[in-house]
Amino acid sequence: MSNIIAQTQSPSPSPSPSPSPSQRLDQGPMIKLRDVSKWYGHFQVLHDVSLDVRKGERVVICGPSGSGKSTLIRCINRLEEHQKGEIIVNGIEMTDNVKNIEKIRRNIGMVFQSFNLFPHLNVLDNLTIGPMLVRHMKKKDAEELAMQFLEKVRIPEQAQKYPLQLSGGQQQRVAIARSLCMQPEIMLFDEPTSALDPEMIKEVLDTMIELADSGMTMICVTHEMGFARTVADNVILMADGKTVESGTPEEFFGNPKNPRTRLFLEQILKH
Amino acid sequence: MTHIDGSDQRGAKPRQTLSTLLYSKSFRTAVTQVVMAAVVIFIGLFLYQNVVENLRAQNIATGFGFLEQTSQFDIGEKMITYSARDSYGRAFVVGLLNTLSVSAAGIFLATLIGFTVGISRISSNWLLSKVATGYVEIVRNIPVILQVIFWSVLLRNLPNARNAVEVYGVGFLTNRGLTFAVPATHPIHSTMGIALVAGIVLAILGSIWARRHRESTGTYVNMLWPSIGLVIGLPVLAWLFGGAPTAISYPVQKGFNFQGGVTISPEFTALLIGIALYASGFIAEIVRAGLQATPKGQIEAARSMGFRPWFVTRYVVLPQALRVIVPPLTSQYVSLIKNSSIAVVVGYPDLVNIGNTVMNQTGQAVEAIAVMMLVYLTISLITSTFMNFYNRLVAIKER
Ligand SMILES: Nc1ncnc2c1ncn2[C@@H]1O[C@H](COP(=O)(O)OP(=O)(O)OP(=O)(O)O)[C@@H](O)[C@H]1O
Ligand SMILES: [Mg+2]
Repeated sequence: MSNIIAQTQSPSPSPSPSPSPSQRLDQGPMIKLRDVSKWYGHFQVLHDVSLDVRKGERVVICGPSGSGKSTLIRCINRLEEHQKGEIIVNGIEMTDNVKNIEKIRRNIGMVFQSFNLFPHLNVLDNLTIGPMLVRHMKKKDAEELAMQFLEKVRIPEQAQKYPLQLSGGQQQRVAIARSLCMQPEIMLFDEPTSALDPEMIKEVLDTMIELADSGMTMICVTHEMGFARTVADNVILMADGKTVESGTPEEFFGNPKNPRTRLFLEQILKH
Repeated sequence: MTHIDGSDQRGAKPRQTLSTLLYSKSFRTAVTQVVMAAVVIFIGLFLYQNVVENLRAQNIATGFGFLEQTSQFDIGEKMITYSARDSYGRAFVVGLLNTLSVSAAGIFLATLIGFTVGISRISSNWLLSKVATGYVEIVRNIPVILQVIFWSVLLRNLPNARNAVEVYGVGFLTNRGLTFAVPATHPIHSTMGIALVAGIVLAILGSIWARRHRESTGTYVNMLWPSIGLVIGLPVLAWLFGGAPTAISYPVQKGFNFQGGVTISPEFTALLIGIALYASGFIAEIVRAGLQATPKGQIEAARSMGFRPWFVTRYVVLPQALRVIVPPLTSQYVSLIKNSSIAVVVGYPDLVNIGNTVMNQTGQAVEAIAVMMLVYLTISLITSTFMNFYNRLVAIKER
């Protein structure tokens, strides 16, 4: 609601389809993490991580394997519980209140590395089951919505197929469409292209770029540095459960402050 | 590669024919099947010839005529009227019904225990899961025949009717079986039975309606409690309309026996417990594997969309678990039915037990065995056809 007011207050129409982050500063963060810590037994995975994501902002998180990237974004929709600090999404604090958790989850879509489509349902049913059960949508309306999003990810002709009959790239696009059918305000991506063959990576990245252009708030864990460069407003490097570098793509790639970032970039750009 | 010129193609074909044929998969499959069929027919004919010749040499009449002769033996437990003056054929039917009743009760009991133990095995409650694991290892790894004998010995060592162990409010345990109180027979009972069936049918129709309603309006109606209400409520209503008869037939001690109530024989009980517990161990493992077959990622995907826990179970876990559970469950049911033939060691008059008696009295071994084999084959095939039909409904389409 405050966003609408803020938008009408801003006098200058934005020249690009997506407004630059500075214009969105006044809207307050949509996702707010304050000193979030998490332990698996005695092992501390996250060390006082703080992060603000404003509406429409695109954040890319990268970092070495095991640095806690997945854990961090899974805390945002409480697939994992944090033990210290606070996570606030759209003004609601994430506690163990079941009602709040469900309210927050309905607003956050998540795309996984391994697609996680329901193999016993065809593509159309994969897309409609969430809206019907969670948003109480009529079957007819849910199917219309599903076809809209299948067209957006450019595979409407696969609606009657089953997930295992599709290629990896197609499955991931169905998974993206499935999340979008819940009409979330925020999308989380956990290495959505890591399980794909090179020729399929592009079709998924294109879908994500289109989504970013439409103004979706996104947090992507990915090692696709090209994607980070063109799409991200903010690139973050995680190492050992801490955010060690955070900045615009220009700063992050052009002039990293932390030596670990330089080391990471050298390693990843070698491939 | 592509032949545009027809004559060229025709010229090339005959030269390839023989090797194309010899190496073609469909040709090889066809040949294999013809050879197999020939071998089976040959062996079958050979055996048949052999049996007929041997029987003729020993002067044993063949044929199923004996089934109409008077049996001259009585049977302890029967579900239809039968006496020593009835035919061998009717004796077989008595045995068949006994086999069916102990199998049906066994399948029900094994499924109930198996699902409970299987779910307990993956419980986060440490003690519960360890107890369940221990149970599974014990009942699976002791031969079923020993288990049946164990229960039989246990039940036979109970005191006689004079010193019956009284289970308060339920009945008496004796070496003649479990005798317990039941509502005295009343005409309303058959109406209640019809009401029960009606309740089940209505509950099924209700959940179909609930799904349609959800799809057309978006409102979810949980039919769990209404269904339970219908299934229990309708018979209760029928009972109330029948004047709510509360007369109960209590077992009363009378010499070495009881009068009134209903008695389940120790033979039936021992066989039932033995084969049901044995199968329940395997079913528990099948259920556990089925529930664990749904990858964690899919449950996370559903949760991340805001599914309530019950929806995750109902729409994501169960449909996939059943697909994994049903085929091996079918073979457990079939093997339980076949295991019921152990009845012979505890003296329960099942099909095999009676078949043995008939065989000894008439000497018509081949025919008696043929009847038994045919019956078991039929029961097993019906069971697996039914389960396969169900399985096809829930199968997942892959490439
Ligand atoms: N369920 C768990 N129990 C115990 N330790 C875990 C669990 N899940 C993750 N970890 C540990 O937490 C650390 C962070 O894991 P996480 O999956 O967040 O890393 P990541 O940055 O996403 O790595 P990757 O790039 O390989 O996906 C790792 O050291 C991992 O071994
Ligand atoms: Mg990860």
